[in-house]
Amino acid sequence: MSLNLEDVARIARLARIELSAAEREATRDQLNDILGFIEQLQAVDTTGIEPMAHAVDVVQRLRPDVVTETDRRADFQAVAPETEAGLYLVPRVVE
Amino acid sequence: MTRTTQWEVVIGLETHAQLQTKSKIFSGSSIAFGAEPNVQANAVDIALPGVLPVLNREAVVCAIKFGLAVGATIAPRSVFARKNYFYPDLPKGYQISQFEIPVVLGGGLHIRVGEAEKFVHLTRAHLEEDAGKSLHEDFHGRTGIDLNRAGTPLLEIVTEPEMRSSAEAVAYAKALHALVQWIGICDGNMQEGSFRCDANVSVRPMGQKEFGTRREIKNLNSFRFMQQAIDFEVQWQINEIEEGRSIQQATVLFDPDTGETRSMRSKEDAHDYRYFPDPDLLPLEITPGWIDEVKSGLPELPQAMKQRFETDYGLSSYDAATLTASREMAAYFEVVLALAGRENAKPAANWVMGDLAARLNKDGLEIAAAPLSAQQLAGIICRIADNTISNKIARDVFEALWTGDGKDADAVIEAKGWKQITDTGAIEALVDEVLAANQKSVEEYRAGKEKAFNALVGQAMKATRGKANPQQVTDLLKKKLGA
Amino acid sequence: MSDLINSSLRELSAALATKKVSAVELATLFLDRIEKFNPPLNAFITTDRERTLAQARTADERLNTGAGTQLTGIPLGHKDIFCTKGWRTSCGSQMLANFVSPYDANVVEKLAAAGMVTLGKLNMDEFAMGSSNETSYFGPVRNPWDVSCVPGGSSGGSAAAIAARLTPAATGTDTGGSIRQPAALCGLTGLKPTYGVVSRYGMIAFASSLDQGGPMAKSAEDCALLLNAMAGFDTRDSTSLERPTEDYGRDLEKPLAGLKIGLPKEFFGVGMDADVRAAVDAALAEYRKLGATTGEVQLPNSGLSVPAYYVIAPAEASSNLSRFDGVRYGYRAPEYNDLTEMYSRSRAQGFGAEVKRRILIGTYVLSHGYYDAYYLKAQKIRRLIAADFVEAFKQCDVIMGPTSPSVAFAFGAKSADPVQMYLSDIYTISTNLAGLPGMSLPCGFGNNNMPVGLQIIGNWFGEAKMLNVAHQYQKATDWHTRMPEGVK
Repeated sequence: MSLNLEDVARIARLARIELSAAEREATRDQLNDILGFIEQLQAVDTTGIEPMAHAVDVVQRLRPDVVTETDRRADFQAVAPETEAGLYLVPRVVE
Repeated sequence: MTRTTQWEVVIGLETHAQLQTKSKIFSGSSIAFGAEPNVQANAVDIALPGVLPVLNREAVVCAIKFGLAVGATIAPRSVFARKNYFYPDLPKGYQISQFEIPVVLGGGLHIRVGEAEKFVHLTRAHLEEDAGKSLHEDFHGRTGIDLNRAGTPLLEIVTEPEMRSSAEAVAYAKALHALVQWIGICDGNMQEGSFRCDANVSVRPMGQKEFGTRREIKNLNSFRFMQQAIDFEVQWQINEIEEGRSIQQATVLFDPDTGETRSMRSKEDAHDYRYFPDPDLLPLEITPGWIDEVKSGLPELPQAMKQRFETDYGLSSYDAATLTASREMAAYFEVVLALAGRENAKPAANWVMGDLAARLNKDGLEIAAAPLSAQQLAGIICRIADNTISNKIARDVFEALWTGDGKDADAVIEAKGWKQITDTGAIEALVDEVLAANQKSVEEYRAGKEKAFNALVGQAMKATRGKANPQQVTDLLKKKLGA
Repeated sequence: MSDLINSSLRELSAALATKKVSAVELATLFLDRIEKFNPPLNAFITTDRERTLAQARTADERLNTGAGTQLTGIPLGHKDIFCTKGWRTSCGSQMLANFVSPYDANVVEKLAAAGMVTLGKLNMDEFAMGSSNETSYFGPVRNPWDVSCVPGGSSGGSAAAIAARLTPAATGTDTGGSIRQPAALCGLTGLKPTYGVVSRYGMIAFASSLDQGGPMAKSAEDCALLLNAMAGFDTRDSTSLERPTEDYGRDLEKPLAGLKIGLPKEFFGVGMDADVRAAVDAALAEYRKLGATTGEVQLPNSGLSVPAYYVIAPAEASSNLSRFDGVRYGYRAPEYNDLTEMYSRSRAQGFGAEVKRRILIGTYVLSHGYYDAYYLKAQKIRRLIAADFVEAFKQCDVIMGPTSPSVAFAFGAKSADPVQMYLSDIYTISTNLAGLPGMSLPCGFGNNNMPVGLQIIGNWFGEAKMLNVAHQYQKATDWHTRMPEGVK
């Protein structure tokens, strides 16, 4: 499987990373090198093997339903790029 | 395709029910509605670097309750997955949801449209987190983001595409709405967004097997809008097809002001969600023991209660269904019945579904807030049953109790002197007076005019100011007139 | 005072307890060394003398009232991946170059509770993605043994700082070798615990199912003390394991007679440089002298660990790094026309080349139509790799081999070819995939007199055993006490 420029553009759009035309070409070549390297996985027979999503084979621990947090908006918004009236501001969202 | 094509409507619903926990699904923030923006958005909710989710046990309990209530399979092991997309109200850039292995599989709900009953199958129900809110009021042409809602636990309940009209869709939504409140997992507040529906709508020529292309109407937050939106959408799709255009899969919004649906502009490239198991969350295990524990805490479910009302109280299927439409109404009815006795099941049902429902509706009240208690209503019904008052007087007693004029039926009857006259001697004397004063009517009756008899009854009742038993009056009159 | 910079943590603890030195004096000693030696090395990227000294004064008070622990008053540096309240926490990225964390990571909290004094934040590969510390927004870290060489990565700042005696200890994180490989390249001891032993809360995520924090120091004994303070169950991390508290140093003094060391033949084949091989072979000979036996074991799928890792780690990273969108914190591009541009420019400008490359790879392998072929396949191979270890540990107590195929390489040597760089972690990655604990300890010097690391891989929860095995070697050798010339 080899990526073309359109694939790279599509992936970059999904990932929300702007790439210039020149970057797109370089990225295509690098990604294809990496994908070529990864390709060796395809040769392995994994029939019947259960995928391993976690490093440990235990089940999820659950939290009691208790409110533990207090208002720290001022602390958190001190590092925010743009806020007003307690809201985070972003360019207008069109629905 | 000709203009005479009969179209079949196909609807599937996806409902997001906010779960009634105290804290968020993956953090210890409060989920109370209506706080100042972002004061209930803690480090986990705003996705600070390095923070991690920890699942709220109560959210899982809610899912188990729901699964049990709809007769579904509860997955012994389910998996949380990340649904990746960028949106300002989604702080992590992914929503934690369930994808391949949801917590609840299958099951279904009985619905009723008019006299017709139907069972709507559920595909699944899964746990996920709610997003924040985008506020589009003008902040210098910018959008404000409030993340208080981000992380509120949701159960997304998905039906099979089995509904065939907007009426069925609304009936299902109402039944589900009642059920989630019945089992106490959701407050059902549609204005505040606690219960939101998306409708997948398509049309196909009657008899065709394949589904048409569907469009998804997002965020229907009232039953009326749901009906209007689906009706509009169905007509729009039929027109498009009949005019030779094809339907494109799309997400649409309903505008209550225009009554129309329109495509959303912002999500056109958001369809590759790159789901994968969330590495921060291990598999969720639900043991049979846990399911049993939750089951033992569940209230009697509406469908079982309906059956019981029919068999134990001899109510019709319609009455039983109406009385079990909400847990509060059913509970009210059962208190009335416990005090008034089973033999009064039918009149009790009529009072609850009739006068009480109408009066609540008039005052815009929920049954839980009714000024008239079930005990008070039972008192009224008992006094009718033992002939202390007539049905007509009973309505006056009802109104008096409703407005707080008296503590119970007996007190009102006593204070107002509304006790029905049952002393035969007293009624006989009254009847004699009426006959003497209305000789004309007596003669007309004797001449064969049946109407004249009714006039005499009316006069007799008037003389007793409604307190005489109408049957007793009728019987006495007939006797005196030698009928 | 100068002997203090080479002291073990136990010795420092004794010096503090007997008032031979105060915590403030000790902190000042290292802060002064940072001022003097850090500029060319670029290991520390944030220091705050006042804050450090305030912590040191508190530590002195604790020591005076007898309320201290064995670590109270001992300074350390935190890899800049750990959120530290009130300190800039950049993760080596422009994206977080102005991010002052409003909270402490669990590890930071625990070490502070033990009374350790924070000297500052340590440079690292951007978002821990790198094996050479060349991807940091704050510039590369230089190897104190030879400033023309890389220190390894991603915990390169931690490694260089300890090697240069700018701090006696540091925290690190290891996703594919990021503690062990820089420890090897800088002549230190570093330990990556079993997955779930150290809380990940507040450790900025790279690949959540692989990331694990751990200690870096001069010796195994130091690492044991540090791990005792770092490890433990944390309710805020769902993958943190609820286990009884352990003293990881309990077996340090056990003799090694009868120890069975497994040598995977896959770790001793082509790819390893001759100088590395010679040092590792000499170390194995030393172990046999100490009474251990060595025997071959097989890890037939370990060759697949690098490609499997480069599917799984970027996939998780692509999702983990989506939160850096310029909305609530972090870098926001100065110019944009709409929301999508704000996102894509903030991320294009805020992330460096390697991070973007991995996000794009991860996005691709998870995207529609490719998930099964890449991600699911890699997860299945991950299980095969883990199963190999289960088999191998039926025949041995610990596994040994080289940590890195070569000694520290020159800047730029591998940065143009991502795949070559990825292969730097060929011996370390499989332990992360399996969730196993691993260590690196110095075992000699190779070409250009650069340090060589010996890797020990333990069984699941075999930290105490690994530390015992490392400590007995360090009692018999002095490689771990060597110090680079330039920072004396």
